[in-house]
Amino acid sequence: MSFIWQLLENRKASVGAALILFFVLLGLFGPALVPGDPSDFVGAPHQPPSSEHLLGTTGQGQDVLAQTVAGARTSLAVGFLTGFAVMAIGALVGMVAGFFGGWLDSVLSFMTNVFLIIPGLPMAVVIASYLHPGPVTIGLVLVITGWAWNARMLRAQILSLREKDFVLAAIVSGEGRLRIIFREILPNMTSLLMSGFISATVYAIGAQVGLEFLGIGDVSVVTWGTNLYWAANDAALLTGAWWTVVPTGVCVALIGFALVLVNFAIDELSNPRLRAERTWTRLLKHPDLEGGLSTPVVRTSGS
Amino acid sequence: MRHLLRNLAVYAVAAWASLTLNFLIPRLMPGDPASIMFARFAGQLQPEAIDALRVAFGFTNEPLHQQYFTYVRHLLQGDLGISIAYFPAKVTDVIGTGLGWTLLLSGAAVIISFVLGTTLGVVAAWRRGGWLDSVMPPVLVFLGAFPYFWLAMVLLYTLGFVLGAFPLRHAYSDSLAPALSGEFILSVIQHLVLPASAIVIATLGGWMLSMRSAMVGVLAEDYITLANAKGLSQKRIMFHYAARNALLPNVTGFGMALGFVLSGSLLTEIVFSYPGQGYLLIQAVRNQDYPLMQGIFLTITLAVLGANLLVDILYVWLDPRTRTR
Repeated sequence: MSFIWQLLENRKASVGAALILFFVLLGLFGPALVPGDPSDFVGAPHQPPSSEHLLGTTGQGQDVLAQTVAGARTSLAVGFLTGFAVMAIGALVGMVAGFFGGWLDSVLSFMTNVFLIIPGLPMAVVIASYLHPGPVTIGLVLVITGWAWNARMLRAQILSLREKDFVLAAIVSGEGRLRIIFREILPNMTSLLMSGFISATVYAIGAQVGLEFLGIGDVSVVTWGTNLYWAANDAALLTGAWWTVVPTGVCVALIGFALVLVNFAIDELSNPRLRAERTWTRLLKHPDLEGGLSTPVVRTSGS
Repeated sequence: MRHLLRNLAVYAVAAWASLTLNFLIPRLMPGDPASIMFARFAGQLQPEAIDALRVAFGFTNEPLHQQYFTYVRHLLQGDLGISIAYFPAKVTDVIGTGLGWTLLLSGAAVIISFVLGTTLGVVAAWRRGGWLDSVMPPVLVFLGAFPYFWLAMVLLYTLGFVLGAFPLRHAYSDSLAPALSGEFILSVIQHLVLPASAIVIATLGGWMLSMRSAMVGVLAEDYITLANAKGLSQKRIMFHYAARNALLPNVTGFGMALGFVLSGSLLTEIVFSYPGQGYLLIQAVRNQDYPLMQGIFLTITLAVLGANLLVDILYVWLDPRTRTR
């Protein structure tokens, strides 16, 4: 638990966490604050932002603000759920492969490499086009195309942990395999699992927007991706209606950036050399100091 | 060398897996391309035509493994079937029109991004605490969080529409015919700037950060301390000793990133109506053109596998340690 406190003290993590909280609240309560059906026809098409429509109107006469806020709910829900599923499956495959070794490891890591190499978007398009369009299909194809990354990373981590003394001691003292996995190894991997979940969510949100932009998702459902799909369809940019495109993109970037910030903070906390950077760069700015090439591991407080 | 052979096995299985996936998926789902084609012609065809169409698309009544062998045989002869959206053009012909442009755009963008990003990473590690080190990484990471095609839209609007500095669509000027003349090549480069810039801006952050962290790790090594003690110049240490060793993890990452960047560049092409695979893909999705979709999937997968193989060979050449094992 002290890990969580350390995380919140870190400046990057607190900025990231604040942004994530903002978007989660937006997704949960936003549609209540901007009442009405976002797909309603409320004004003339392609109106610039005004006091009546804070972000202007789309090519079909819908309110951009309402659409962006409504889109947040579905996009974030699918993003987080898919991210969790991707991480869970990747973790399961990676850890089983890494821990049990032998032929099981060979087969699973071979499969992981194959899925890692096949490009994601074309495979997602081929599979999704045969299924019923909608957020569930998108979640499913994203899981199929995305699980391999986490599997490889966690397998590497478990391979290194398995050789550590405390695991060998547990094996020698006769602890059951399952118990070793859940009580000895898993707690040491929490930071990697968390950072894997965050990366998977970033991937899920971005890939989801991409697939919906192509038209794979259900275009009648309001999500960030379908907003961009309709904006492109209505030739928004070529008529100068930048307000239909910018808010959605900025939202996607902000939440992606926030998640990446939290990831960096987790990295910093796990790697002392990175944690020392901020202190070291502050020292480097001192005019009398000659900076060396390497970054020493510096602690400002006790161990 | 063993590493290379093992990778080759992975690529071979990946190629086999993608073409088998292409074969299985249409047969597992309800409906088939022939029925869709038949419905499109809405009563203009005789009912017998649907059987002929089925045979043309490869959906015969033979047992499954027989169909599979026919499918693989056609594939080896270079026959990917017939497109629905561009009926009766063959899929290979349709894809052929776009493949070159996609490779040009993605290839140029990836190489520029890799070179620029790694150089920035080296310079950032060199001047620790300088503005490049503290300002650029967060900015580039923020830019990288935008979807590629969204950056493409912004560039299209600001530089193309508002400022009129670059062309808005297509790969070359509509008034020119493809020829190996200076004018044509100049037009191609002019039309390439905006789409490639979108991809470069989005991917730059990743290369810079990974190079920088690799450099930070390498600079702590003993041989760097020795080089310093010997009195070598900082520049020589940076580029000749540190960067050469820090580059290796980036090169392995390069192969992995190719598939990802290619997917993103497909979407970028759509924004600019760039006549590559991306444009074909969206046509295929809109028209439920399954043979074309699968053809694009197969060609892109094979292209990525080929590029990965080249990167692996390059890595064996770059890292002498792989040759001793």
